Amino acid sequence: MEQAVFYVFAAIALGSSLAMVVQRNPVAAAMNLVLTMFSLAALFVLLQAHFLAVIQLLVYAGAVMVLFLFVIMFLNLTEDQMMPGRRSILHVAGVALAIYALFQLRALIQRTPPVSAKPVDAAFGTTKAIGRLLFSDYLLPFEITSVLILAAIVGAVVLAKRRLD
Amino acid sequence: MPLEAAFMAAKIGFVFFVVLNLAGLLGWVERKQSALMQDRIGANRAPILGITLIGLFHPLADAIKAFTKEDFIPARANKVMHTLAPLLALVPAFTAFAVIPFGDTITLGGRTASLVIADLDVGVLFVFAIMSLAAYGVVLAGWSSWNNFSLLGGLRASAQMLSYEIVMGLTLVGVFMTYGSLQLTEIARAQGEFFTFGGVNTWIPKWGILTQPLAFFLFMAAAIAESKRAPFDVAEAESELVAGYFTEYSGMKFLMFWMGEFVEIVVISGLVATLFFGGWQIPWLARDGFHVPFTQIVIALPAILITLAGVGAFWTKVLVLIWLQMTVRWTLPRFRYDQIMRMGWKMLLPLSLANIFVTGAVILLLQG
Repeated sequence: MEQAVFYVFAAIALGSSLAMVVQRNPVAAAMNLVLTMFSLAALFVLLQAHFLAVIQLLVYAGAVMVLFLFVIMFLNLTEDQMMPGRRSILHVAGVALAIYALFQLRALIQRTPPVSAKPVDAAFGTTKAIGRLLFSDYLLPFEITSVLILAAIVGAVVLAKRRLD
Repeated sequence: MPLEAAFMAAKIGFVFFVVLNLAGLLGWVERKQSALMQDRIGANRAPILGITLIGLFHPLADAIKAFTKEDFIPARANKVMHTLAPLLALVPAFTAFAVIPFGDTITLGGRTASLVIADLDVGVLFVFAIMSLAAYGVVLAGWSSWNNFSLLGGLRASAQMLSYEIVMGLTLVGVFMTYGSLQLTEIARAQGEFFTFGGVNTWIPKWGILTQPLAFFLFMAAAIAESKRAPFDVAEAESELVAGYFTEYSGMKFLMFWMGEFVEIVVISGLVATLFFGGWQIPWLARDGFHVPFTQIVIALPAILITLAGVGAFWTKVLVLIWLQMTVRWTLPRFRYDQIMRMGWKMLLPLSLANIFVTGAVILLLQG
C-alpha cells in the first residue's frame, strides 16, 4: 500500500517537474511546479515527516508560488514576449548536461552501499520533536537563518523604497 | 480492520453530507437573511405542488438551473486552466474539514474511536496549508478568462489572500501557546477545564474566547477577508468588476465557485468553534455526566448520549457562527483595496504580534 502510494506520487513529481521545464506558458509551468511541491509533500508524509509536509505546502505551494503567479500575471506576457521557440545551441548543451548528470547520479547510487531502514519512534516528525531539535541541537543555524531572513526583508524594503522616492 | 474502514467511510460520508448540504442551504440563508435585514420578503417563490416552505426549495431550483445551463468558455481563454480553476476553489475548502473534530470519542461495541476524520498532530496547520491552495482557484480563474475584469479580480484576490493568511496564522500562535498543542482535538479537550482563581474553582470553562479574546476578533476579521466576502469582497466587487474573477463562468462552474465560498464559511465556523468556543464541549457536561456548578453533585448520563449531545453542540456553534458571518456580510459596506491592505499589514499584523508577546508574558508570569 505504502509503496504503491510512493510510486504514484513519485511519478507525479517527476512528470510535473518535467512538464514545468518543457512548458512554454509561464502560468502552466508555475502550476506544474505547484503540483511537484504537492507530491513532494505527499512523499514527506510517507516518511513520517508530517510537520515538514505541511510546511512544504504552506510555504512553497501556498505562499511562494502564489506570489510567482501574481508576478507572472502582473507582467502579463504576450505570446511573442515569451521565449522564442528556436532550438539554439543552449538547448542542445542543456540536454547533454542533463544526460551527463543522470549518468553521474546512477554511478553515485551504485557506489552507495545499501542501508536498511531503521524504524523511528512515534514522536519522530511531530511538531514537538522538530521544535525541540530546532531550539537545542540546531539553535545556532536556526538563529543565523532568522538573521539572514531579516537582512533580506530589510534589503527588500530598501530596494522598494528607493524606487518609490 | 474492515469495521474500522467502514467507520472511517461513515465519518467521511457524514462530514461530506453535512458540509455539502449546509453549504447548499447557505445560498438560501444568505438571501433570506439579507431580505430580513433589509425589510424585504426574500426568496419564497419556488414551489413543489404549491408548497413553498418559506423558500427552502430555492437551492434545489438553483442546482437544476446550473446543471442545465450552457457551460461557456471564452474563445481566447486557456481551456485547461479555465476548467481547473473552479475545482481548485472547491476541493481544498472541503479537504480542510478533515482535521476538525465534530465530537468527542465514541465507544461502539467495545471499540473507541474519535469523531474526526484525521486527528493529525499538525492539526490546524493542515487547515492553513490546504486553505492556502484555494488561492490558485481564484488566481487561475482571473488569469485564464482573458478578461480584464477577471484579471483585476484575480490580482486583488491573490494579494489579499496572501496578506491575510499571515495574519490568520499569527493570531492563532497565542491559542497554541495557551493550550500547548496544534492538534485540534487536544485544543478542544483542554477547553473543558475550568479557570481556577487562587485554588478556587470558578466553574468558568477555559474557552478560547475567554483566554484569547483579542485573537478571536483578529482571527474572525482575517478569516472573513480570506473567504473574500463583504466587507472584503473587492475581488468580485460587482459594482466595479462585474463579478471579478468569475465573470466568465456559467452553469456548474459558476455554482462551484459559489459553493466553494459557502464551504469556506462552514470551515471557518468549524475552526472558530473548535479554537475559541470549546468545540464539542458543553459547559459542565463532562465524560461522566453533568457536573452541577458550585457543588460536588454529578448527574450520571449514558456515554452515548453525552457524545451525541457534543456532536449537536458542535454543529449548533457552527450555525451560530455562520449567522454571525452572514450578519457581518450584510451590515458593513465594502472596504477600498488600499484600506484592506492597510488594515491587514498595519493594524491586524502588529496587533497579532503584540498578542503573542502578551500571551508569552502572561504564561511566564503564571508559571512564576
